[in-house]
Amino acid sequence: MSTRVETPAPAPEASAATEVVLRRPRSKWAPYITTGRYIALFALACFFLMPVWALLLTALKDPAEVSVVRMWELPRSFSLETFRIVWPELKEGFVNSMLLAIPASLISSMLGAMNGFVLSKWRFPGADVVFPLILFGMFIPYQAILIPMYQVMKSTGLVGGLDGLILVHVIYGLPITTLIFRSYFTGISDELIEASKVDGAGMLRTFFFVALPVAPPAFAVSMIWQFTSSWNDFLFGVLLTSREYWPITVALNNIAGGQTIPFNQSMASALLASVPTLLVYVLLGRFFMRGLMAGALKG
Amino acid sequence: MSLSSTSESAARRGPAGIRLDQVSKRFRGGVLAVSDVDLEVKPGEFMVLVGPSGCGKSTLLRMIAGLEDVTSGHVYIGEKDVTLDLPQKRDVAMVFQSYALYPRMSVRRNMAFGLRMRGTDRIERERRVDQVAEVLGLGPLLDRRPAALSGGQRQRVAMGRAIVREPQAFLMDEPLSNLDAKLRVSMRAQLSLLHQRLGTTTVYVTHDQVEAMTLGQRVAVLREGVLQQCDTPQNLFRHPVNLFVAAFIGSPSMNFVRANVERRVVRFADLEIPLARAVPDGPVVLGVRPTAFAPADRDGWPSLTITPEVVEDLGDERYVIFEVAARRVDTDATRAALDARSADEVTLLADARARFTARLPGDALATIGEPLTVSVDPARLYFFDPDTGAAL
Repeated sequence: MSTRVETPAPAPEASAATEVVLRRPRSKWAPYITTGRYIALFALACFFLMPVWALLLTALKDPAEVSVVRMWELPRSFSLETFRIVWPELKEGFVNSMLLAIPASLISSMLGAMNGFVLSKWRFPGADVVFPLILFGMFIPYQAILIPMYQVMKSTGLVGGLDGLILVHVIYGLPITTLIFRSYFTGISDELIEASKVDGAGMLRTFFFVALPVAPPAFAVSMIWQFTSSWNDFLFGVLLTSREYWPITVALNNIAGGQTIPFNQSMASALLASVPTLLVYVLLGRFFMRGLMAGALKG
Repeated sequence: MSLSSTSESAARRGPAGIRLDQVSKRFRGGVLAVSDVDLEVKPGEFMVLVGPSGCGKSTLLRMIAGLEDVTSGHVYIGEKDVTLDLPQKRDVAMVFQSYALYPRMSVRRNMAFGLRMRGTDRIERERRVDQVAEVLGLGPLLDRRPAALSGGQRQRVAMGRAIVREPQAFLMDEPLSNLDAKLRVSMRAQLSLLHQRLGTTTVYVTHDQVEAMTLGQRVAVLREGVLQQCDTPQNLFRHPVNLFVAAFIGSPSMNFVRANVERRVVRFADLEIPLARAVPDGPVVLGVRPTAFAPADRDGWPSLTITPEVVEDLGDERYVIFEVAARRVDTDATRAALDARSADEVTLLADARARFTARLPGDALATIGEPLTVSVDPARLYFFDPDTGAAL
């Protein structure tokens, strides 16, 4: 980070117009300004991390030690006891959510990739109409479609199990995954696709052999988004599944929402429930940085 | 190390010709990019499409490849009308300006991709890739990804990817324009050799007239979507059909001046040159190649006295630039031709006066500011209609 940016511009002088100023003169306040900025940033970061701090502390305390008065104090002894207590309650929901979120994010990302490809690189007449129509799906609130969706699912016999919930999440994710992949593929050189056509590949083979291999960064974004939103969803989960298929959000609600549940258990459950999404961010996040197109073009 | 012996499929078919019949392209929005082009590329011929940027040469090439729809007219490859065929159904290979290598495939897989898509079996694929890689010196690079290659190497891989296919024709869209000047010259020579060896029909697009002249067996000059002239480099140089072709072809470019023809004498500024052939009386644009000048008095050649303004000494030859007391010819055609040239050749001095360049032998005496007598070959004067630009 350069301190130069922060330095106030020197008063315009007559000579400044004629000579090229490569480096602005440093103000004598510059070091203080930088330090001050970091202090402010640090303070804000602490403020925003306070809930996480409380969550971690409380979850790791011995159940006997938990109290509202001493919420901010460090635990006297490190204990995983609380996790041991809540895990049996969460286990089923955790497994259900995995069985829901992984296929839902994979399928909707894959379909989004196909959509994005034909809407950007293998365009068909009417593509300019179809794309905005797909995007509309993003702006429809869950609540607006809840009742008709439930009726459709019920009449097709998909209410109760995870398959129906997966289908709903796949469809609901399509607008955003389509948008992600369309934007990504638009950035890819047309000549690459044309080279593949001239080499004899049709639409499907161009997609699978040429476009898909360069798409992992878009997959990372799309998977993170879809995994997070289907993992965190509560409304569809509670509405469309029967008790044995409840996702973790519903199970979490039963623990955290109860009146008599000690709140260290709520904290531990919340922590457990958020681990997979955190892992997805950490594991897939590094793909953002990679330039997978390197070497295709003259460079 | 012969490629031709292994190209059974290509040899069996023989190279195919390409024929464009009244081909036009109108883009959505109404821009007419290519207008009624008739062009025949003979089997095995190296045809260069050349012209300033936006002249439609790339569009024409892309229509042959099938990457661009044809608005009207027909495209034939071999005897077959392919106008409506998809690119993957046409047996042509293309080399793109950006090379367009598949970034996630190794060089080997890049080169084999076209064969794989066409169902060639694995053993045959590997054999052909190895062979072409050996010829192009790509052997040690076969397992690298394109990202790990230099510009020249990527260029060769792109070339190799086309050659491995043994297609009916190569289509090349400014394949050398991303290389540095030195590499470009050596690649140009290698490309000529390669064509001699393979004998595959090639259509090559460039905006560089030197590249066009050195590579092409025939060169098609395009301007604003219209085919101006298609001929051998020699004929383009010697018998340009109009002002544009005359100004575009040749380096340094032809000198132009407005002149008047009267009873087999052409007059411009304070000069008179008797003509060797009949030209209709009236105003004309006179064109003189820099190479049409010779020092001092040649037998039977008219002479003129000039005052050199600039003398460029290149050892073997010297370019003498002098002013002519007449207005510079500045028509759309000459401007378009100049735009297409490299920037250093464009006139720096926005002066209304005409300047001529004369090429003289290296030992010819020429001093800046001192009058000098040069002679002109009367047989190598060009006359153009000042309104239409057509050669007279």
